[in-house]
Amino acid sequence: MPAPSTSPAPPAAGTSTRVTGGVGESARRPDGALKVTGEFAYSSDLWADDMLWGATLRSPHPHARLTGLDIGPAVAMPGVYAVLTHDDVPGRTVYGLERADQPVLCDGIARYHGEPVAIVAADHPETARRAASRIVAEYDVLEPLTDPRRAIDPASAPRVHPTGNVVRHLAVRKGDFETGLDVAAEVTVTGEYEVGMQDQAFLGPESGLAVPAEDGGVDLFVATQWLHVDRDQVAACLGMPPERVRLTLGGVGGAFGAREDLSMQIHACMLALHTGRPVKMVYSREESFFGHVHRHPAVLRYEHGASRDGLLRYVKAEIVLDGGAYMSSTPAVVANAATLGVGPYDVPHVSVDCWGVYTNNPPCGAMRGFGAVQAAFGYESQMDRMAAELGLDPVEFRIRNAMSEGSTMPTGQAVDSPAPVAELLKRVSSVPLPPRERGDDGYDLRELPGGVSNTTHGEGVVRGVGYGVGIKNVCFSEGFDDYSTARVRLETVDGRPVASVHTAAAEVGQGLVTLLVQIARTELGIDEVTILPADTEVGSAGSTSASRQSYVTGGAVRAACEAIRERVPDPASLPDGEVVEETVEWRHRPTSPLNEHGQGNAHVQYAFAAHRAVVDVDTELGLVKVVELATAQDVGKAMNPDAVVGQINGGSAQGLGLALMEEVQVSGGRIGNPSFTDYLIPTILDMPPTRVDILELADPEAPYGLRGVGEPPAISSTPAIVAAVRAATGAALTRIPIRPEHILDLSGVSEGERT
Amino acid sequence: MDPAANGTDVTVDLKVNGRHETRTVPARTLLVHFVRDRLGLTGTHVGCDTTQCGACTVEVDGVAVKSCTMLAAQAGGCEITTIEGVAPGDGDGLDPVQQAFWDEHGLQCGFCTPGMVMAIRQLLRDTPVPTNDEIRHGISGNLCRCTGYQNIVAAARSAARTSTGTRRSSRADPSATSTAPAGEVS
Repeated sequence: MPAPSTSPAPPAAGTSTRVTGGVGESARRPDGALKVTGEFAYSSDLWADDMLWGATLRSPHPHARLTGLDIGPAVAMPGVYAVLTHDDVPGRTVYGLERADQPVLCDGIARYHGEPVAIVAADHPETARRAASRIVAEYDVLEPLTDPRRAIDPASAPRVHPTGNVVRHLAVRKGDFETGLDVAAEVTVTGEYEVGMQDQAFLGPESGLAVPAEDGGVDLFVATQWLHVDRDQVAACLGMPPERVRLTLGGVGGAFGAREDLSMQIHACMLALHTGRPVKMVYSREESFFGHVHRHPAVLRYEHGASRDGLLRYVKAEIVLDGGAYMSSTPAVVANAATLGVGPYDVPHVSVDCWGVYTNNPPCGAMRGFGAVQAAFGYESQMDRMAAELGLDPVEFRIRNAMSEGSTMPTGQAVDSPAPVAELLKRVSSVPLPPRERGDDGYDLRELPGGVSNTTHGEGVVRGVGYGVGIKNVCFSEGFDDYSTARVRLETVDGRPVASVHTAAAEVGQGLVTLLVQIARTELGIDEVTILPADTEVGSAGSTSASRQSYVTGGAVRAACEAIRERVPDPASLPDGEVVEETVEWRHRPTSPLNEHGQGNAHVQYAFAAHRAVVDVDTELGLVKVVELATAQDVGKAMNPDAVVGQINGGSAQGLGLALMEEVQVSGGRIGNPSFTDYLIPTILDMPPTRVDILELADPEAPYGLRGVGEPPAISSTPAIVAAVRAATGAALTRIPIRPEHILDLSGVSEGERT
Repeated sequence: MDPAANGTDVTVDLKVNGRHETRTVPARTLLVHFVRDRLGLTGTHVGCDTTQCGACTVEVDGVAVKSCTMLAAQAGGCEITTIEGVAPGDGDGLDPVQQAFWDEHGLQCGFCTPGMVMAIRQLLRDTPVPTNDEIRHGISGNLCRCTGYQNIVAAARSAARTSTGTRRSSRADPSATSTAPAGEVS
């Protein structure tokens, strides 16, 4: 049936008060008991009788021609059931989210360190790994293209793909820049910034189980973010119609963008179909670093112009995003960085150019806040520098220029719902500062920078305070047909009304399953709601990304419940034995593509968060300890306050990681730290206590007025922490993550003395 | 079939969640793989392989241990408790720490949760009424990527109150427009 029109009206009177655990309450997770008892089945826990284990041989070179591949020694091993290469791909040999440019298995040229070359199925995981290592692969090693800035220049750079290296260039021109004029200002500040490659580092590595089916198709149980897009890519590469590839969501151990692209999906299905047996693949942590896309590293050049009285006049920016060897979602990351590139500020004249390029570095794609995170480090660094140049307090300068409802984006799009940027800044800046010392005994040495290493007793430790604010688009943009499907079934069993909700939306930890229960309770006025497993037996829910599922799948479930209420005005009184079912495909308001000047109503909704960071810095060793993070965020409607706070704290922690510790070390195209020993994510001792302040200013376009929650806190915590370290040290800090040598002035120290 | 790489198998005889288990496995088998693949107790997770994340934490003779860094053979004769064995009785109820994680929204994806529960049980055995700092140091060997840890601290506090019989105080309401300390108050 057609989707009912978007209705900002509250749920029907009388229904919301009859249930407990409805919208707006901190209902507990429906999967909570299973998760705390260890009974929840993550995709790595799946088991089938008679199953085989898969393993992957990967290229050790970032760029090489595959000149020979002898699978004989692997095939000869006892316990090995299949060894497959590029020649064995049954259907389309390439896949990809936006363009199918990534080979299922190396097609003769390896374009990044870790590219899959061959796959093995064996009766034990160790046998499979050993067999993979016995495959003899010969390479002609080629020079890798690793500098994204060089990649832009068609004259000097070798091509990673025949189509050229520029995946997307997006220019956004507003004001005088759109009409081709140049703009001047009384005060200008220029700066160049760099963002390292961050990893999503979900705790549950890639895994799945493929089971061959009687109809010649395959059933795949997998941890992913978007079942239907996985299915379509898998089916094409298997050379099958989509209906013969059925996906069910396995338990997901975190995602954060890294599961939006395929990893082991096609490989496991190929091995299962080839052997006729179930095949399970589970990546190790090391393989996980090679097996998924990362956050785009970025080089950002900014020029800000302002009047002496502290009003921004123009912003010029050039942003280069390193997409690595394959496209993934680079075009969308470019769009976000370009359209959100000046931040949540009113700027009359804007000129932003953003490039996403191919290189022979590891492929990059979606990660929480994609594109907006990189830009925010640039524009917020600039805002602090401009405030200093003008002699203004950094919060006051931001507030003077803060966008608000009715503002116009650099794309020309009007901001038509609340945009309380100034209010968020006021709130975080008015929270009392934490005490300087802990307890009467002076310093707890473990709480100082360096922690248990005991590198200081307080001498050389300086406190700093910094601020950041960010903007993110919610839902998919630029005219994408972004929808979700919900099937809601109502019946009365033994006198009790029961609803079940079936969607294909991926619960990745964020708590969507809780929210869908709450929505169904509120809309139907009944307590008992079951969430069915997510699979491809129901229509697409779109991706669990871009902070969109509460909005879109939440909207779809509400619409399906409304459709049931049209047939059964009082669902709680449905007679025993009767069943009512409605399936609804629900869309948010449409968006438009951007024109040649980057103009258009490209985004659905904007979301905002602000942070204040308090840090202690050991100025002698360059070590940082974050003392406290205060956050304010407008969520439109806190659908589940506990879950909202959980998202904000988790996003803030990932932003802290990017500011201070997390970087995939890539040198010459090679990943040097593929482990949690060397790639450091924040522990509980790195993540300080937080203060979270939630605003609920309804967006009249959105279901319940809600605003996407997940990404904004991952955007503003990073620049706030960097600003706090700058405040403590006076160091320029133009690159993240900050390293000790960025804080210390080592300019007078020779190379010999450093080593 | 395990590959007989060096032909050395050992028979491991131990007690897991109160049950005697005997299996013959290659000598190099790690305790985590023994528990997951041989006994089918998949609540113990493998997150990093290198003892950083703590998702594989179990109790060996009452002490929290990262089971990816211990051979199954080393646990011979020991009493092992995995996450599946911490709930009291016949599995209907929850351990106070498990209950607190659920009630306090101490988990999102939940992959770290079993290990966190085991680490906090250890903490509360050692320190029945821990301060926030003691909680933080007590679980500093366990990584969580989803929660930012604030609600895990809240869960540990709540479990300590339940375990010691202290009446549970109501939490600050983080909704509406008030400035509420969401994670903890020092």
